[in-house]
Amino acid sequence: MSDTLQDPTDGTVDADDAALPPGVGESRWWRRPDVMMPLTIVTILGVALAMTGVEQVHFRVDVSPDGSTVWDWTFFWALVPEMLKGLLVLARATVFGFAVALVVGLVLALGRRSKHRVVSWPTAGFVEFVRSTPLLVQLYFLFYALPDAGIRLGRMQALVIGLGIHYGAYCSEAYRAGINSVPEGQWEAATAMNLGPTTTWTRVILPQAIPNVLPALGNFLVAAFKDAPLGYAITVTEVLFFATTISGRLFRPQEPFILIGIGFLLVSLPAAWLVRRLEARLAYDRI
Amino acid sequence: MGELILSPLRYERLLEGLSVTLQVLGLAFALGIVLSLVFGVARLSERRWVRGIALVYVEFSRGISSIILLFFMAIAIPILLGLEQRSLLVLGGVALGLNMGGYGAEIIRGAILSVPKGQTEASISLNLTDAQRLRYVILPQAMRVILPPMGNLTIEILKGTALVSLVGLADLTLALRKLDVPQPGVERVPTMVLFANVLVIYFVVAQVINGLFRLAERRTERSYGTRAPIEPVPDGVETAGAGG
Amino acid sequence: MPTTASEPIPAVRMRKVSKAFGDNVVLNELDLDVAPGERVVIIGPSGSGKTTILRVCMTLERPDAGTIDINGESLYHEPDGDGLKPAREKHIRQVRSRVGMVFQHFNLFPHMSALENVALAPIKVHGMPKDEAYELGRQLLDKVGLRAHANHAPGQLSGGQKQRVAIARSLATDPDVMLFDEVTSALDPELVGEVLGVLRDIAEEGTTTMMLVTHEMGFAKEVADRVVMFDHGRILEEGPPDQLLHEPAHDRTRSFLRAVLAH
Repeated sequence: MSDTLQDPTDGTVDADDAALPPGVGESRWWRRPDVMMPLTIVTILGVALAMTGVEQVHFRVDVSPDGSTVWDWTFFWALVPEMLKGLLVLARATVFGFAVALVVGLVLALGRRSKHRVVSWPTAGFVEFVRSTPLLVQLYFLFYALPDAGIRLGRMQALVIGLGIHYGAYCSEAYRAGINSVPEGQWEAATAMNLGPTTTWTRVILPQAIPNVLPALGNFLVAAFKDAPLGYAITVTEVLFFATTISGRLFRPQEPFILIGIGFLLVSLPAAWLVRRLEARLAYDRI
Repeated sequence: MGELILSPLRYERLLEGLSVTLQVLGLAFALGIVLSLVFGVARLSERRWVRGIALVYVEFSRGISSIILLFFMAIAIPILLGLEQRSLLVLGGVALGLNMGGYGAEIIRGAILSVPKGQTEASISLNLTDAQRLRYVILPQAMRVILPPMGNLTIEILKGTALVSLVGLADLTLALRKLDVPQPGVERVPTMVLFANVLVIYFVVAQVINGLFRLAERRTERSYGTRAPIEPVPDGVETAGAGG
Repeated sequence: MPTTASEPIPAVRMRKVSKAFGDNVVLNELDLDVAPGERVVIIGPSGSGKTTILRVCMTLERPDAGTIDINGESLYHEPDGDGLKPAREKHIRQVRSRVGMVFQHFNLFPHMSALENVALAPIKVHGMPKDEAYELGRQLLDKVGLRAHANHAPGQLSGGQKQRVAIARSLATDPDVMLFDEVTSALDPELVGEVLGVLRDIAEEGTTTMMLVTHEMGFAKEVADRVVMFDHGRILEEGPPDQLLHEPAHDRTRSFLRAVLAH
């Protein structure tokens, strides 16, 4: 064996776990700091963002770029605080949108599991439809078409609901796959032990399904963040709105666009890395 | 709700838009597949610097939002390079292709790794070159692992093509937006109906892509002569060397 | 046993070959010569590194130290002025082309028919015209008794048939040295005979140098010119099969043989 296995000696083992045979304590993902830490961080960040109350921001720049150079650092740095405002709007839309997606996904997943075809088939169709049509058109639909039916949404609301439904469809697939990944024998064993549906779900199925679902959900959270700039199309004042406004006003695209690219990567790359780490940790548990 | 079917003239407009959408998709797909192959293989190179470059590309293209990349390509690049004539179609296709390449490279990399190690060893024992091994032994087998996620990725790129409407390319989505603008003397179609039609068009195209990939999958399966798993997967410990 | 000028150049010549996986030393300064046309059976307990002997000769593992010559040409080194330098890929490929290998798990290409498996190397490596390569492939499949199965996919063949195709595939590259790595270990007992039959045919032709790692002691006795008992990365003892299998000098060998024959 030339390749080394991942180092299993992470996290602290508390007294309770120490009494268990090796391996069993490890697999209790909800007690492991390396799994719970990212979850906690994401939750706290999310709540904090939600509480900032930033809706629409105005972008102001007092510095004018030096027209004689291709790159003006003074101008660039002056843009940074404004760009951060846009990033905040983006992050906020993502957090709210994803919160909606988690719930929508659950509803859709339960709908698809329904024994009644009247429920399961249309749900499956809806999920497939949402997943194979552009989010942009869905956002337009929410923002421009729904008023025809008397439903008026604010631009931020439309973005949040749009992201929520779109990624809800993806999340429902992840939930479904997670539940299906629990072997049939587990259900049979629960029946054989005469466990009620609540006990079966909370004590048998979900503890096994959730570690399978978490990485997928993490990936969708990152993906939702990458799609959040679509809010630009319905005039949400996020980074793209910022870059186009500035570059349109000053005829100077390079600094604002490079800046939002950097700002964006500074969020998305660590986030993706965190998800991959989580994935690796949980995958190790399942060996 | 009234009439759900649009007038022939409106469909004509939408189909013109669809043709642009498909052109962008085709361009992005072609570029995306090439990038996927090149960087997917490069990620597994023996040379460190090759792996490094490939990793930077993959991380960048997956980390950046395709819409930001698209705006950068369509707005910043022409001004920076002083391009007089800019083909939005090409720029849009390239932006989406770059995006697809990062995800595709990871699919290809994973698929290559999924081919049992014994296949590589047999190729070496037959003295095939690295390129021949990839071409005739590894990739044909990796195809069955590549096709399903590649189909999904292609549908993601189809959805991504709608973004080009934001930089002014007259694709299906822009055609929709234009038809939705009220014009004097023309009877207005409810926005709902217009949107429902366009969403269905996207859905149908996605299903066609899906079907094409299914067909390709079935063809690769058939070349195996059986649907069952073929070879006993070599025992990892055994092939890793430490002797009989 | 150093070769003197009068002896023929050995087909395989290993000198001080060492290989370790982490702390596990599987080859410990191994010296081994195999004469052209000789049939050497390597036996030993699992984990003793006997498979690794074959794998370093096929360049599936790079030795940590030592030299291996095939037909007098160094596999991992090429001349550099007066001395030697690590060989480039091109040199390795050229020397390696004299060696073929058959694997425990067959490693047939599952997406190709039996005939395509056999004809691939002649077409791609030796640049043979397709018609010729397929004709050669059919002859070789005939030789292993599978002419009728030329168009079958590996998935449609039994284990014994797969292994015979794999042998034909290796023969198609016309190697001077053939390495057989426990080629019957993955087979159901009733299928072992057909594969050994093919090996016997190759042995009887007497032109191919064969190195076999196997647990089939009866077969070893029948075809081997020499049996090598391998343990802890070194050769414990070697000799003609009658001697080594019946009157081994070492207790280790004796207990190993007892354990194998008990199966």
